[in-house]
Amino acid sequence: MKDNPNPLSFQSRLNPDDFFPASSEEKESLVIMRESVGFWRDGMRRFRKNKIAMVSLVIVILIMIFSFIVPIFYPYTYEQQVKGSNNLAPMTYSEEEQARIDAGESVFPHILGTDKLGRDYAIRVMMGSRISLIVGLVAAFIILVIGSVFGSVAAFFGGWVDLIMMRLVDIIYTVPDVLLIVLLSFALKAPLETLSMQPGFGWIRTLGPNLISIFIVFALLYWVGMARMVRGQILALKESEYVTAARALGASSARIIRKHLLTNCIGTLIVMTTLQIPSSIFTESFLSFLGLGVAVPMPSLGSLASEALNGINTYPYLLFIPAGLISLIILSFNLLGDGLRDAFDPKMKN
Amino acid sequence: MAKYIVKRIGLAIVTIWVVATLTFFLMNFVPGGPFLSEKAVSPKAMAALEEKYGLDKPLWEQYVTYMTDALHGDFGASLKQRGRTVMSIITSKFPVSARVGGLAVLAAFCIGVPLGCFSAMNRGKALDSFIIVVATFGIAVPSFVVGTVLMYVFSVRLGWVSSLGLKNWTNYILPVTALAFYPTAYITRLMRSSMLDVLGQDYMRTARAKGLNQIISLFKHALRNAILPVVTYMGPLLAYTVTGSFIVEKIFTIPGLGGEFIGSISNRDYTVIMGTTIFLASLIVLMNVVVDIAYKLIDPRIKLK
Repeated sequence: MKDNPNPLSFQSRLNPDDFFPASSEEKESLVIMRESVGFWRDGMRRFRKNKIAMVSLVIVILIMIFSFIVPIFYPYTYEQQVKGSNNLAPMTYSEEEQARIDAGESVFPHILGTDKLGRDYAIRVMMGSRISLIVGLVAAFIILVIGSVFGSVAAFFGGWVDLIMMRLVDIIYTVPDVLLIVLLSFALKAPLETLSMQPGFGWIRTLGPNLISIFIVFALLYWVGMARMVRGQILALKESEYVTAARALGASSARIIRKHLLTNCIGTLIVMTTLQIPSSIFTESFLSFLGLGVAVPMPSLGSLASEALNGINTYPYLLFIPAGLISLIILSFNLLGDGLRDAFDPKMKN
Repeated sequence: MAKYIVKRIGLAIVTIWVVATLTFFLMNFVPGGPFLSEKAVSPKAMAALEEKYGLDKPLWEQYVTYMTDALHGDFGASLKQRGRTVMSIITSKFPVSARVGGLAVLAAFCIGVPLGCFSAMNRGKALDSFIIVVATFGIAVPSFVVGTVLMYVFSVRLGWVSSLGLKNWTNYILPVTALAFYPTAYITRLMRSSMLDVLGQDYMRTARAKGLNQIISLFKHALRNAILPVVTYMGPLLAYTVTGSFIVEKIFTIPGLGGEFIGSISNRDYTVIMGTTIFLASLIVLMNVVVDIAYKLIDPRIKLK
């Protein structure tokens, strides 16, 4: 500060240099806020810190590798009946195979033994978990689509649309699901089989009519929980200003629902879908155990367990392997879903 | 209150009607009839049989006739089991399922609630973690896994109890355990989380501050509030035990209603399918109504609309 010639003056003595715009370096030194973290990065950071969830994610990925990738390279197929090697214990060979080994050939071991028709059990378990996983993932996807569309339409339009749609949900919610599942899978089996004979519907045969009727059952009955959840979220979200703004800018209802409302409850959607996977697998294994699941010779973990029940006295491991695996799959998806909820649900933040 | 009850019962009746109608048309949608699987029946005899049971009439007429009869309490006679009415089949089979299911629900409630409370009150301690881990595993294991493993260990390996039928009380142990496994784990988790919620409330601190006896405050203030979610779960749980019993009845060869239902579908025994479906559906739906009303009665915070 320069000396003022007049010591009595009250004029403030300011240095004009202080009023120059700050240089970018100076500006940077003032930034003390941490860098802003987006929804995804914030959630992923919290998710990565959750050890249990990470472990279950690794297990899920491992099971997926074993059920989708390993069977491609596996020397046996799930329907191939190896002659003379019925009911082998794990890691043993039939006489014929032993002779081949003695002759210097290499024979791939039956890691988990074989079943009573001489089919390699390891590949059957892998295919079984593939079916269970496919059912879980596809059913969860169907439920996600139907539930979120239904719930958001009901909430967004409100009034009598909401009233009628939610009464329908109430009715489906109280319908005893297992009764209808059993009935539906019986009823849909034959029509789907005849439909698969028609040209253009051959894909039904490859998937198996039972599998499709399971999906139809899920599509008909299980979306109601998701619909209620989404409706609750959208009811709160639709009062937001950005919805009014979008409306004022001329956006259509479909666009508002798709671009603004559903994207804003994506955390809940992810969590609900993940938690839906184990419960779909649960239901599929239940149906397969009752003999209403996938068609033979295609295995599923439930039908493998059901078949093994007859030989439980002599070959208990045939039961324990699929039973243990299905519990492991359900457990790890449950824990994964819990972890995702802790990470992505805004209500769980604190 | 009255309005709410009327509304809930109305919805329940609509639900039962929807289920009955769906079932009626679905089962007629399944190809094959009740008399097809028997040894070659002459077309004439077949026509006579169909006429006797009214199966030759158009579907719509059959539906109306069946519904009117059912409303008058007449569920008809079984098409396959000669000389038995559907009512007599249900009244002979249902008590078996109800006993096993009821015992399982009771066991789940009596074990799950105290375990959950205990776990919440000892939050963070080793025993709490142990209970959580067991309960988390418990909800991941399907009932057929529990059932088959129990049967293998206790009746095949150890030979402690016979696994077939229900001759004396020891036969109940395994099926009831298998059925109660999942709900016990679920109730424990539910009870623990709602108890933790309640223990963190201000009124609990007030109760402690004014020197209220720990046990009194636990029973009078905490438990009454924390048990509400468990009460809501009891309705679906009863439905679950009926459905879960399909599996358990198959594993332990229990002559219950679940097995009867599955059997009647594969036999195309139309009247038995309808009878058991309407019976089980009404049971489940009514349980839900009762639980909903009970819930509103217990929780004064919920305003009846």
